[in-house]
Amino acid sequence: MIPAAFEYYRPKDMDKVLSILEEHGDDARVMAGGHSLIPMMKLRMADVPHLIDLQDVGGMSEIEIGADTIKIGALVTQSDIIDHAALADVAPILREAALQIADPQVRYMGTLGGNIANGDPGNDMPGLMQCLDASFTVVGQNGERVIPAREFYEAAYVTAREDGEVLTAVTIPRPKGGYAYEKQKRKIGDYATAAASVQIVNDDGKCVSAAIAMTNLSDTPVFSKTAGDALVGTSVDDAALKAAVAAMLGDIDPTEDNRGPVAFKNHVAGVILRRAIARAWSRA
Amino acid sequence: MSNKMHVNLNVNGEDHEFLAEPRELLIYALREKLNITGPHVGCETSHCGACTVTMNGKSVKSCTVFVAQANGAHVTTIEGLGNPDALHVLQENFKEHHGLQCGYCTPGMITRAAKLLEENPNPTEADVRFGIAGNICRCTGYQNIVKSILSAASEMNAAKEAAQ
Ligand SMILES: Cc1cc2nc3c(=O)[nH]c(=O)nc-3n(C[C@H](O)[C@H](O)[C@H](O)COP(=O)(O)OP(=O)(O)OC[C@H]3O[C@@H](n4cnc5c(N)ncnc54)[C@H](O)[C@@H]3O)c2cc1C
Ligand code: FES
Ligand code: FES
Repeated sequence: MIPAAFEYYRPKDMDKVLSILEEHGDDARVMAGGHSLIPMMKLRMADVPHLIDLQDVGGMSEIEIGADTIKIGALVTQSDIIDHAALADVAPILREAALQIADPQVRYMGTLGGNIANGDPGNDMPGLMQCLDASFTVVGQNGERVIPAREFYEAAYVTAREDGEVLTAVTIPRPKGGYAYEKQKRKIGDYATAAASVQIVNDDGKCVSAAIAMTNLSDTPVFSKTAGDALVGTSVDDAALKAAVAAMLGDIDPTEDNRGPVAFKNHVAGVILRRAIARAWSRA
Repeated sequence: MSNKMHVNLNVNGEDHEFLAEPRELLIYALREKLNITGPHVGCETSHCGACTVTMNGKSVKSCTVFVAQANGAHVTTIEGLGNPDALHVLQENFKEHHGLQCGYCTPGMITRAAKLLEENPNPTEADVRFGIAGNICRCTGYQNIVKSILSAASEMNAAKEAAQ
């Protein structure tokens, strides 16, 4: 419950954030909503001698809806996403997923950027971002670079972001077609036993594109290209669903924990994906 | 490293200034520095919501906010909603509908409910259950809490109508 002592910084601009990160290297960490970091610090599982609070750094709290893309600042909270009517119009899957994350109090504080940068395979946004083919803008001493969500996650808590880089924004191509975020969990606020993000396009009864990603079924989120491909060209009938599930099962790699053994997780993953595809297709 | 900082907090309309280590959690600053002991601690994993307060217009779990982060914030706790002589409508209804037993979750529950009704004055039962899902109660089984909140909502709405 009692975190170790740290030096606290609340800079007002990104230059200052980057210079503190540069000065202290591994010993410094940024904090957004704090709802993954503080619990880890309370358990002394994260040691952060220099803590940089991002709350006063401007320019990361906007949601901009463009003609082709949506740009969401890293500090936008889960409740901001839920409350944004225009966003729910153009990318309803974001709201559907955000409502399945944590609980009201956590959603007021927890940010999209923190959920993405955290690197915990339990987080829901990473898989969703892979499904939507989002890309992440990070800024460091050497300037900005953009990393596709599908290339961002390397292992549990290991991402393509360097320690000295800060995630500033997420860019999402405006999603097309039907959508679903389906999550099996033991209770409110639990990380998924299995969850699936599906975005699917229906052209006159035929699936013309499908993107599928799975959450908490490996040490990273899993974008299953083969599962999506199994649906393309079909009328999303039972045979297509079976093929998609089989393809997905080949891509995930769950481990046993108190959410269940591997065989159970594989089973649940199949059930959840089927439901997600069916709901997305019904909306497509 | 363990340098203390000056912290300014407005709690229930009153300004406070005190020294604290940045790592001090808001819940302990409230309880131990300011003697505001309504908000409670029920866990160390940010699940139970017994520590819920309103900070800058958001329901937050004050066990998951460093006092450094809260510096400059406006905080409302159960003590700021009403007192034994002038109960808040929610407090009145929790009493009326037996929405509490041991009372340990109650300050967080009512503080959260107050924010919920501010955002959604006409919640359904499902809205209420979902809206308090970050608050755990060991005693009541929730049923009477839901009743208390729904009844408070209709009383508040009736009062609003009467005032118009
Ligand atoms: C009770 C509870 C239940 C929860 N349930 C769920 C759930 O069901 N699903 C889910 O997805 N999450 C869940 N969470 C996690 C919650 O959504 C977190 O808030 C989120 O994972 C992290 O966001 P944050 O803004 O709080 O990040 P922080 O805790 O501040 O940071 C998390 C990590 O990301 C880094 N970081 C944060 N922002 C940036 C940035 N802009 N650039 C670079 N690095 C950054 C930090 O250094 C840290 O390592 C739960 C949390 C709690 C307490
Ligand atoms: S004490 Fe349990 S959530 Fe804060
Ligand atoms: S009344 Fe005892 S925990 Fe809720």
